Amino acid sequence: MLTAVIALGALALVAAFGLAVAARAFAVETDPRIELVEAALPGANCGACGYPGCSGLAKAIVEGKVEIGACPAGGDGVAEAVSKIMGVSYRGGGERMVAMVLCGGSDQVAGKRFLYNGVRDCSSAALIFGGDKNCRYGCLGLGTCVGICPFGAMIMLPGGLARVDPVKCTGCGKCVDACPKKIIKMVPARRAVHILCSSHDKGAVAKKACAKACIACGKCVKTAPQGAIKIEDFLAVVNYDVEIPEETAGECPMNTIVVRKEGTSDTGFLDSVAAAGGDAI
Amino acid sequence: MKKWRFFGGIHPAYNKDMACSQATVEMPLPRELVVYLSQNLGAPSKPVVKKGDTVKKGQLIGEAGGFVSTPVHAPASGVITALEKRPSPLGDDMTAAVIEPDGLDEWAEGCNVERSCEGLDAGRIKNLIHDGGVVGMGGATFPTHVKLSPPEGKKIDLLIINGAECEPYLTADHRLMLERPADVLEGASLIAKAIGVTEVVVAVEKNKPDAIAAMKESIKGRGGFSVVPMDVIYPQGAEKQLIYALSGRKVPAGGLPMDIGVLVQNVGTAAASFDAVRFNRPLIRRIVTVTGRGVRKPGNVMARIGTRFADLVEFCGGYYEDTGKIINGGPMMGIAQPSLEAALMKGTSGLVLLRGGEVGQYVGDPCIRCGRCLEACPMHLNPSAISIFTERMRFEDAAQFNVMDCIECGCCAYVCPSRRPMVHHMRRAKAEIRGKSKKTG
Amino acid sequence: MEDSIEGKGPEGKPETGQKKSGDIGRMFLVSSSPHIHDGRTVASVMKLVIWALLPASLFSVYVFGLDALRVILISVVSAPFLEAAALKIMKREVRVGDFSAVLTGLLLALNLPPTSPWWMIVVGNIFAIVVAKQIYGGLGCNPFNPALVGRVVLLVSFPVHMTARWVSATAWGVDAVTTATPLGMARESLATLGHIDMQFGRREIIDLLVGTRAGCLGEVSVILLLAGGLFLVWKKVISWHIPVSFIATVWIVTGLFHLVDPARYANPVFHVISGGLFLGAIFMATDYVTSPVTRAGMLIFGFGCGLITVVIRLFGGFPEGVSFAILLMNAATPLIDKMTRPAVFGRVAGKKAAA
Repeated sequence: MLTAVIALGALALVAAFGLAVAARAFAVETDPRIELVEAALPGANCGACGYPGCSGLAKAIVEGKVEIGACPAGGDGVAEAVSKIMGVSYRGGGERMVAMVLCGGSDQVAGKRFLYNGVRDCSSAALIFGGDKNCRYGCLGLGTCVGICPFGAMIMLPGGLARVDPVKCTGCGKCVDACPKKIIKMVPARRAVHILCSSHDKGAVAKKACAKACIACGKCVKTAPQGAIKIEDFLAVVNYDVEIPEETAGECPMNTIVVRKEGTSDTGFLDSVAAAGGDAI
Repeated sequence: MKKWRFFGGIHPAYNKDMACSQATVEMPLPRELVVYLSQNLGAPSKPVVKKGDTVKKGQLIGEAGGFVSTPVHAPASGVITALEKRPSPLGDDMTAAVIEPDGLDEWAEGCNVERSCEGLDAGRIKNLIHDGGVVGMGGATFPTHVKLSPPEGKKIDLLIINGAECEPYLTADHRLMLERPADVLEGASLIAKAIGVTEVVVAVEKNKPDAIAAMKESIKGRGGFSVVPMDVIYPQGAEKQLIYALSGRKVPAGGLPMDIGVLVQNVGTAAASFDAVRFNRPLIRRIVTVTGRGVRKPGNVMARIGTRFADLVEFCGGYYEDTGKIINGGPMMGIAQPSLEAALMKGTSGLVLLRGGEVGQYVGDPCIRCGRCLEACPMHLNPSAISIFTERMRFEDAAQFNVMDCIECGCCAYVCPSRRPMVHHMRRAKAEIRGKSKKTG
Repeated sequence: MEDSIEGKGPEGKPETGQKKSGDIGRMFLVSSSPHIHDGRTVASVMKLVIWALLPASLFSVYVFGLDALRVILISVVSAPFLEAAALKIMKREVRVGDFSAVLTGLLLALNLPPTSPWWMIVVGNIFAIVVAKQIYGGLGCNPFNPALVGRVVLLVSFPVHMTARWVSATAWGVDAVTTATPLGMARESLATLGHIDMQFGRREIIDLLVGTRAGCLGEVSVILLLAGGLFLVWKKVISWHIPVSFIATVWIVTGLFHLVDPARYANPVFHVISGGLFLGAIFMATDYVTSPVTRAGMLIFGFGCGLITVVIRLFGGFPEGVSFAILLMNAATPLIDKMTRPAVFGRVAGKKAAA
């Protein structure tokens, strides 16, 4: 018994000594700031910066390969924290951008052309006749963007429309790339008036396909300030550089224009969706 | 003749008896013809008519938009009522010339005139085939004159006339071989002359004994011609598999049959070439099989290019109420249609209407790695792994597993016990990889 | 093809965007090609395997009596029940209609001694179904053969129940006496006498082939297992590659040892037909999810299984090594699959794909 204890103890001592020597001898020099910067980053490893995870970006920042505000998801807050660690000043990179799904054609208003039977993924569905929606431009509702969002900031409405929670959205832009219909756009978070349609079909065709389609009637163009909205290929498009008064939304005969204020839902985006009868903007 | 057996393949229920004994019926002119200006693989044709123009049958309405392109002709005399985007059977809307036939069905000047084929040289034959707007009629619609113009240094020594028709349900080629065997062979010899080949093999699957007999009867006295009965296995008619089965030669991955000295032409293409060269009749009509348990009177119809599917089905007695799926082409590789709005193209070999209960639906259960798809894949891929990679969006891995070599024959999905949409996965991976290589140059 | 389209889509919804064309008033199904299917489903595959195991299972009831029936029933009932419960707790879609859990339960039962107490069978199934299968994501996602995980957990946790309570095979289990398995006997004699001391004549061979010997429920009758295996190969449920390469490897390697020292190493025929080799090679190693999908990979897999089995039998701590061998090779399956990517038709071997 005693010999066993002594033998094991001696073994442990030798091993511990070996480890200690090895740790000294083979130590890798790392900049301690890398760890600090990594801690300051959001930690979602979303990859929007182009580096493999937040640690990759942290290393790149400390090595000076990229600028302080290189994390698209973190925004100004993270950039400031990083700048403090790095001991440089950060001026602020402009305004906060969030993603917005520019389609208001839920199943109730836009309908289907056929019964789709296949992979439950928008990019795959889009390969077959462009998707089953009557409107060839609309949200396919299979939730590829929702699945890819690293921040849980997106949901599918019951009517088959993807929506972004403007509070949780960090503007990483992953959903923008994932959407095969290219109807998710980055918009300034402080802007409230949006046109929820991406259809370039002529008015009559668009109206037939979806009850909330932009028919390019041009009413909003006239009501809104000069240059705030313009018609591009049968679709009214918002120029977010110009502020648009909320009253403009009421002018739209198709109810395509909506008002979404920043931070409307800091307690729970889902609740507001439920409150709006599952038809939140 | 020695034959080889390609790897994989399946034995689906062929269901050809519904239409194979029905003689081809000429369909009367419909009210409207929708002639797409992109009837071939490659560049679309450029319209040479405008709305309101009066055209004659066989008149040029779209000229070739490049080398890999073919001219398009008016299938009937009448008035062009519109030149606009119309739903196509292939997916995206395509620009089409809409013709309202005047009922007179008058040929344009110079068309439908018999000429002697004796003194024609190779170049002239190629030009006439090009001017006739002939494309691969098995479904791929590759311009025939391009296939007849191998680049300098490629010597072709074997011409295969593909009458395998391995797709279930379809009988258009079968009927053609029964009804016009001499014309098919005449067309084949013109093609052989155009590329300077003496050995011509007509390949027909053994499930068409009457067609084999008819072709054998007709080749009598033609030197260099032979008819080879092929084993009944899908996809026997796929170009690469057919070449291997007949010659033991393998088309290199990413290569073309001409790389190994072979040219394959569908029997329909051969007949169309004959019409174009001998009679100056451009390709304006074709045999299409309208079949499946959803159709009231299945059969083979000689219809004008541009005939709307709705008119075709109506001509065949309409469809049963519980029809669940309409397929442009055969059930293995055809494209399911959202409606009957699209119109007949040069490559449309059939219209198959399946009733709700007989449609093989996808449920997309997880892969149980049974390996049946590996046993079925005639390209010897690992479809199981590729589909899993696609589900996980690991497209680089899919590329590593050679997804780009997939011919989308559908064998993998046909045998999958989990009913996974395998071909859909393959298409997605291919689209993704192609998109990426475009981006990076 | 049995699926009906009824109720699958929003058929009753107003078709607001239906374009002109009077003849179309309803929606059609649209999917990628192909549009037909050969009709085989996961459930039909699993059922075929269950059918193939039935003769061996019934025979076990004949030789071990009601005890065997008890073990099989408890296992076959508890497995799907546990699967449903696990799915419910994990909030996944509850579906046990694919018969995969029933098959796992049956396979586990056939891997247990007839004397197994009921609680041990249930514990084995918990490890097989819940731990080895559902926690990894359910059907198709488990890296290890669930039934074997269940068996091995029991083997290391309850060695007495699993290795020391064998009974002899008699008609309907009447007058059964405690005994040891043939492999156990060979090992015992080697340990005590220094050489293998046992009869291995025609009588013994017939006993081993027919299955009138001690052992786990399903492993005893080599002939019936072989019949089941041939049935599965005929029905194209499994291919011959894994079983043949597995059994051949065991035969060749034990044969080499036997040639070197017949006193210490038993006859290769004895190694092949005793123990659980046939059950393992035909029904466990061929489990779809956990074995390679390529033909070359199957041969490598079977070879590895055979080699490890022999090493454990001849030099390891247990008399039987089939389960451990298969589980170890399960872990190598992804690697084997990656290494044995089939050579694409028309592609020069070894040439990499242009990504």
